[in-house]
Amino acid sequence: MNDAGLCYLDHAASTPMRKSALAAMMPHLTESYANPTGSHRFARAAREAIDEARDTVAAVVGCKPGEVVFTGGGTESDNMALYGAALVDATRPRLVCPASEHHAVLQTVERHAGTVIATDGSARVDVDALVDALGDDVAAVSVMAVNNEVGSINDLAVVAAAIAEHAPSALVHSDAIQATSWLDLHDVWPHTDLLSLSGHKFGGPKGVGALIVRTGRVLTPLLVGGGQERERRSGTHNVAGIAGFAAAIVEADAERADTVSRVATLRDRLVDGLVAGLDDVHETVGRDQKVAGSAHVCFGGVESESLLYLLDRAGVCASAASSCASGAISVSHVLTAMGVAPEWARGAVRMTLGRTTTAVDVDRALDVATDAVATLRARTGARLAERASAP
Amino acid sequence: MSGGVDSSVAAALLRDEGHDVVGVTMRLWGGPSDSGCCAVSDVDDARRVAQQLGIDHHVFNFSDEFEAGVVAPYVDAHVRGTTPNPCIECNRTIKFARLAERADDLGFDAIATGHHARVVRTAHGGLRVGRGADRAKDQSYVLHMLGQRQLARTLLPVGDLTKARVREIATEAGLRTAAKDESQDVCFITSTAGRQLFLAERLTPRPATIVDTGGRELATVASIEMVTIGQRRGLGIGGGPARYVVDIDPREARVVVGGADELLCPTIVVESMTWAADLAAPAGTAVQVQTSAHGAAHAATAEVGDDATTVVVRFDQPQRRVAPGQSVVLYDVDDATVLGGGIAATGPSL
Repeated sequence: MNDAGLCYLDHAASTPMRKSALAAMMPHLTESYANPTGSHRFARAAREAIDEARDTVAAVVGCKPGEVVFTGGGTESDNMALYGAALVDATRPRLVCPASEHHAVLQTVERHAGTVIATDGSARVDVDALVDALGDDVAAVSVMAVNNEVGSINDLAVVAAAIAEHAPSALVHSDAIQATSWLDLHDVWPHTDLLSLSGHKFGGPKGVGALIVRTGRVLTPLLVGGGQERERRSGTHNVAGIAGFAAAIVEADAERADTVSRVATLRDRLVDGLVAGLDDVHETVGRDQKVAGSAHVCFGGVESESLLYLLDRAGVCASAASSCASGAISVSHVLTAMGVAPEWARGAVRMTLGRTTTAVDVDRALDVATDAVATLRARTGARLAERASAP
Repeated sequence: MSGGVDSSVAAALLRDEGHDVVGVTMRLWGGPSDSGCCAVSDVDDARRVAQQLGIDHHVFNFSDEFEAGVVAPYVDAHVRGTTPNPCIECNRTIKFARLAERADDLGFDAIATGHHARVVRTAHGGLRVGRGADRAKDQSYVLHMLGQRQLARTLLPVGDLTKARVREIATEAGLRTAAKDESQDVCFITSTAGRQLFLAERLTPRPATIVDTGGRELATVASIEMVTIGQRRGLGIGGGPARYVVDIDPREARVVVGGADELLCPTIVVESMTWAADLAAPAGTAVQVQTSAHGAAHAATAEVGDDATTVVVRFDQPQRRVAPGQSVVLYDVDDATVLGGGIAATGPSL
């Protein structure tokens, strides 16, 4: 249970901020208010915080400090990578991504009339389809490290090898926004040219992200103006956010091995409990193909919106597919790409665990979800029976 | 909660009565919209009112059902040459069906809306839809299809109030929707693009010949689907005495126009009738009949067919012809409660 008394299983949406991140931010939200690009000593103090943060992030990613570009969040990083790559060379304008990408990637590719390719049944890129889509006109290929809905992990080494062979001049971008808590970025970054990160997915603040840009790779900047971040991303630095981002990522990196093994055990307890306690539960992606924090299941004969409502009423925070601007739940494009049958997809629920998740949370969620699914099935069944017996 | 003043006040009144109220906004239409229940700005208003009232607010996505149950039949009706009433179909297939099922599944006791109408218990113990206290804002017409089971768990808290009083309550409560304009248009038709462009994307317009009641050809129209009974403008037959569309025959691609007197009709055949449950087939009943959402009711006699699903309405005084596809609602002789309603049939061609 969190401080609000809620059983919070939506860590892929946002995970609680680390105390170390808040502590790192506080000076820059209070006394250290200078613009870091200034030339006076007060500005230099702020500048030093950014320089320190850049070194810290570089060490966690395994890149050079100069390759770290701080942004306003994950969506900006994704847009910057792909727009930026597509605009460099008019003879190489095409973007390619699989259909299961986050909308920040998918809609950028679609807006550029790029190529959206097939996935396998676990939402991972279909490498044969990728090879077919490659060519000399490709500016960048984007393949996420970890899928935000179902948690599956792409094999970026294979992806990078295919791109190196069939579109050697294309940049390899990976949205690693869901990866940082679960995968060592030293194993991800070497396969890519561009890597998107988002602070609030690993215990940093919202509204700050990073795009790692390999030395020598050129992007056309989306934001121009003051020339910050070596002309790659203009705009006054979010000093507090950047300091919090760095403090969080270094802690997440240090804790990762412990967190992964502990959370995987809790996740297994949750999913095993659901499968044991209810009929018609479909585990969307095999656990050997996904990150430790992801529990994604489809309940037969249940509507996600109804189930989430009952979970919410009982203080269990979970999610389904991505939400639209109005807050309505739409059919998941990820499940569609995977080929999940509509009758299963409509009963999809994503429960994502994080470093603060406890056995109490899991047992509470298990009780509530099992009860809610059984209740919904009973009520729907009664309604259908009544309708069938009506004159 | 549509994000309008009526549903805002309905929620406020029920909360004040001590009910456990949850606000729901339905996401119905994913395309362009400038009014009605679907725009994101309206969802924002509904959510802000719910926050102000201290009640939960949820958005339910019924856009697939809306497409299948309201939009597609709307287009099909135009292809058939009839004039549908999509807001009534939305009430029939979405609000009081799909949403009601959802409410059942989630364990709610009742659904409340901001309609200006009332649920009335008759001397026989049955429930009927009654006219709202504010006759000018009455919406019983669009709720006429509600049956006993639905009425038993429908709450219409603003039905006893005038619109002015609703706005007063909203103002007193400081609700942001207090002075909000009413939406009376179809939510999926934008004011900029209009019905014509909406339909043009979804059907193939068929040209038709305009003839007078004597069969003389007068002009042609590009799309018979855009023509409505009673229409006077946009037919390309200007000059001379006013002429109105009195019949549409999609099979022969023919539109018949006539004078104002030829638009009048003593009877309507109404199909797909549903009745308030406490009525045995009320043959020969004196009724008041309303044929549009904001029109007046007219005295008539209802002659009920053998299976009670078809009625011939015989007006005391001939009335303007009703476009096939429009809902025809029968009220009791006092014009207070709904006896039943159905759809105006495609009449015999002239």
